[in-house]
This record gives sequence, C-alpha cells and structure tokens, in this order.
Amino acid sequence: MATAHSRSAARLMVAPAVFVLLVWMLIPLCMTLYFSFADYRPMRGIFDAWIGFKNYENFLTSSSFRSALLTTLGMVAGILTITITGGVLLALLLDRPMFGQGIVRILVIAPFFVMPTVSALVWKNMFFNVDNGLFSYLYKAIGLQPFDFLSQAPLFSIIVIVAWQWLPFATLILLTAVQSLDSEQLEAAEMDGAPALSRFRFIILPHLSRAITVVILIQTIFLLSIFAEIFVTTNGAFGTRTLTYLVYQRVLESQNIGLGSAGGIIAVIFANIIAIFLMRIVGKNLDS
Amino acid sequence: MARAITTRKKIMWTALAWGFGLLLFFPILWTFLTSFKTEAAAISDPPVWLFFDWTLENYTAVQERSNYPKALMNSVIIAVGSTLLGIVIAVPAAWAMAFVPGRRTKDLLLWMLSTKMLPAVGVLYPLVLLAKWLGVMDSRILLIVVLMLINLPIIVWMLYTYFKEIPGEILEAARMDGAGLRSEIIYVLTPMALPGIASTILLNIILAWNEAFWTILLTTVNAAPLTSFIASFSAPEGLFYAKLSAASMLAIAPILVMGWFSQKQLVRGLTFGAVK
Repeated sequence: MATAHSRSAARLMVAPAVFVLLVWMLIPLCMTLYFSFADYRPMRGIFDAWIGFKNYENFLTSSSFRSALLTTLGMVAGILTITITGGVLLALLLDRPMFGQGIVRILVIAPFFVMPTVSALVWKNMFFNVDNGLFSYLYKAIGLQPFDFLSQAPLFSIIVIVAWQWLPFATLILLTAVQSLDSEQLEAAEMDGAPALSRFRFIILPHLSRAITVVILIQTIFLLSIFAEIFVTTNGAFGTRTLTYLVYQRVLESQNIGLGSAGGIIAVIFANIIAIFLMRIVGKNLDS
Repeated sequence: MARAITTRKKIMWTALAWGFGLLLFFPILWTFLTSFKTEAAAISDPPVWLFFDWTLENYTAVQERSNYPKALMNSVIIAVGSTLLGIVIAVPAAWAMAFVPGRRTKDLLLWMLSTKMLPAVGVLYPLVLLAKWLGVMDSRILLIVVLMLINLPIIVWMLYTYFKEIPGEILEAARMDGAGLRSEIIYVLTPMALPGIASTILLNIILAWNEAFWTILLTTVNAAPLTSFIASFSAPEGLFYAKLSAASMLAIAPILVMGWFSQKQLVRGLTFGAVK
C-alpha cells in the first residue's frame, strides 16, 4: 500500500513533530551541559567558561547533595510503597460486585485531577495545621496533644500529600490489569479449595506484576520531579529538599548556574536510568 | 441460600468500597463544604459539617481579587492553546506513523516518548535564559509553547494508538468505490478519527491545566495561571480557609468534571500502551 510517494509524504508529515522535539531536547540540554563546565555566577559577575569537572565534583561531594539524594529516595520509596500496596488492594476491592461501582470509581480517581498547588495547600492548611487543622481536632478529640505535622514530620507529610494524588493513578491502572485476569482460572482455583491468600499470591500477583512494574517506573519518573508540593509547603526546609529542589535553588535562588547545571545533568542521568527500563517494556509491547 | 450469601457479600463489598472511596474523596468534599462557610465557621472547634449558614461570600471575594479572572483566563488560554498547537503538530505525525509505518517508526515513537522523561530541572536555566533573551518571559505564548513541547510525546502517542485501531480495509473499500483522497479524508477517516482526537484533547487539557513547574517558575504577574495564583495563597492568606477553599474549588471543579469523563484515556495516555 505504501508507495514511494506516500512514503515521502509521510516523512513530511512526521517532520514538524520530530523537529520541534529535537530542538527542545538538544538546545537547552546542550546549554545546561555547557554551563555545567563553567563557573557562572551572574549575581557576582563571575564567568569562567571552562573549569572542567569542578562543578560536578563540588556538587557530588557536598553534604546537601547527599541529604537531597536520601530525601529523594525516601520520598519516592514512601510514595511508591503507599500507592502500590493501596493501589493493588483498592483495585481488587473495586473489581468485586457492588452497588454504585461507577460512583465509587469516580470518588477514588478524583484526587488525581486536583492541581498540585491546590492539594498541597489544602492539606497544609486545612488538615496539617497545628492550630486549626482537622487532624489537630481529631487528636484533641481523642485526648492527645495536637501534632505539628509539617514541622515535626515534614517528609512524611509531603509523602502523604503526593501519595494521595498518585494512589488513584495506581489504582486505575491496576484495576485495568485486574479486569483482564481470566476469571475461570480463579474460579477453578477456588473450586480446588485454594484459600484466598494463596489465590492472591500465586494467580493475581503474578498476573499484576507487569502492570505493577509499569506503575513503579512511570510514577518514579514523575515523582523524581516533584516540585509544587514542596514549593508551597516547606519550601525545601526541614529535610524536604529533593534533588530537583536542590537544583532549582542552586540555579534560581543562589544563582550559581554552573553548580546547578551540573546538578541538572546528574538529575537527567538518574531519570534516564529509570527511563531505559520503562522504554524496554513499552518497546516490547509495541511489537506484539 | 447461595443467593442470600452473595447478596450479603455484595452489600459488604459495597460498604467497604464506599468507605474507602469517601475517605479518599474526603479532602475534596471538605474543601467544597468549607468554601461555603464563613471564616469563623471554617475554623470552629469542633468542626461543623453541614449545619452552618451557607454563604457564597467567599466566591464573590475571590472573584473580586483583582488577579483571579486574569489567572483563570491565563489557565484557559494556556491549557487549550498548548493542546491545540500540539494537536496540529501531532495529528499528521501520528497519522503517517499509523498508516505508512516505516522501518524506523517504532524507534521514532520510543525516542519521542523518551523526551518526555527529561527532568525539567535539567533544562531550567537555559529556558529562563532563552525566554529572557527572546523577551517572552512571563508571557502566555512562552507557556503555550513549553507545555505543548512537554505534552507533545503523549499527544502523538495517544493519537497513534487511536489511529492504529482504524482498519485499513475501510480505506481500501472506499477507494474501490471511487472515493478520491479528499473525500476519503473528509467522509471516511475524519469521522473515525474524531473520537480519538477528542479524547486526546481532553486528557491533555487536564495535564496542561495542572502543570505546576513551568507555570510557577516562568510566570510572575502577566501570564500566571491558576496554579501559581493558588500558590500565592500560602501564608498568610492560606489561613483564611473559606477563601482558600473557594479559590481551590474554582480552580479544580472544571477539571474534575473533565477528568471523570477521561478515566479510560488516562490509562491509555499515561502508560503508553504498556498496560492493556
């Protein structure tokens, strides 16, 4: 069907998309790469185009990098744990026969559509606030001292906010996977007297494993660049400074462009390591 | 007897699922309720649930804040603009890749997706610099272009999967019946492609509306959309719960409604076909 004529027409049709993405990828990234080898601090009027790997050395050996890396890993791991466990359980629950399934689905999915700044501010003020937050009332109602979440457990608080936003995503995708499970196999196992837990362990979980992997990879890529939730709650204070936030501060707040750019490149490398795994799965599916 | 047990089980699952559903939805419900309270009722101890003097004064107050209408306007223009611009660029590309696949189509698709994985901080300073140099800092056009670029891979990808589902035989049948290229496109392909394009537009407006990195860092006054308008409610204004709630509801209500309609597309658009 595809003639030489339609081939060249096709190439022409793809060209604009490829061109803009290529420009978008290459120009800013090359600029960051260039700055990462320079000592560039515009506020002090310093510009030295080539200082070798000094920025990388300084960035990687600084204590702020180490703590940012730990914070990032902790945050991502915490959010993934909550969303994957909760997502699997919720997906299985939503797959059961019930009344008003459609409405429950809508209730569960809703948090995903709330813009990050809104959810962060609502949680920060109306739930976590030590004077007037809902949790403080709850604590007082059961006779406890109100707990100042955002200053006593800031990382945990942000994990709760972001996990609330991403739990619907995990649930929805895992639900799609659960629904594609062959129900006859489950029924047969039930007839043979397999208890619920081993049905889950040996049939459901293996079936979900690929969907779980995909959710982990996609979420990790998005979670590595969490920004707004930190920006409006702690502004990076109290051990909530992630790698993304550290780079933002170096570049825009302290205007140490060279150092920040080196950090940016390091963030790109991290994201790419995870992206490679994701792309493999996506690529395999494209063939089938 | 067996029937009675299944009904009882069904009621049990219903109760459990509704319980968790309401728990997850609660923060939104609470924000909704608070938006109709007076500031005093919003922080009353113990909290009031339904029996308070319902008022619309918070909504009027937020509307009257000089920059709210502008922020709303900016959000609409940026979300819709970036999506439409993306569609214009993506439709031909997805079309060609779906109907005239070549040897490198798969690599091309994967490469496009990989651009989506680029962390924003990796290109933060160059973008600020380029924007200043071009004199477009804090302008809507800058955000339209940037958001279009970060969502373009998803748009291309979604359209590709939709176009792939259009059977090629239909095209051949139309040709056999003597349809020219023009009528083929207008009468055969467009009607079949429109639902997919509409779904793609819907999901991408949602993604662009909620984008909160570039919209906060590349705007100050003129082009600031709702994401950064709300961000300005951090202390001390955030302590006016009723007004914060009203502003929040105004910012999320349209997207919540659109989101509920696009649940299915969400799976397709954000998993890149890796989960079926």
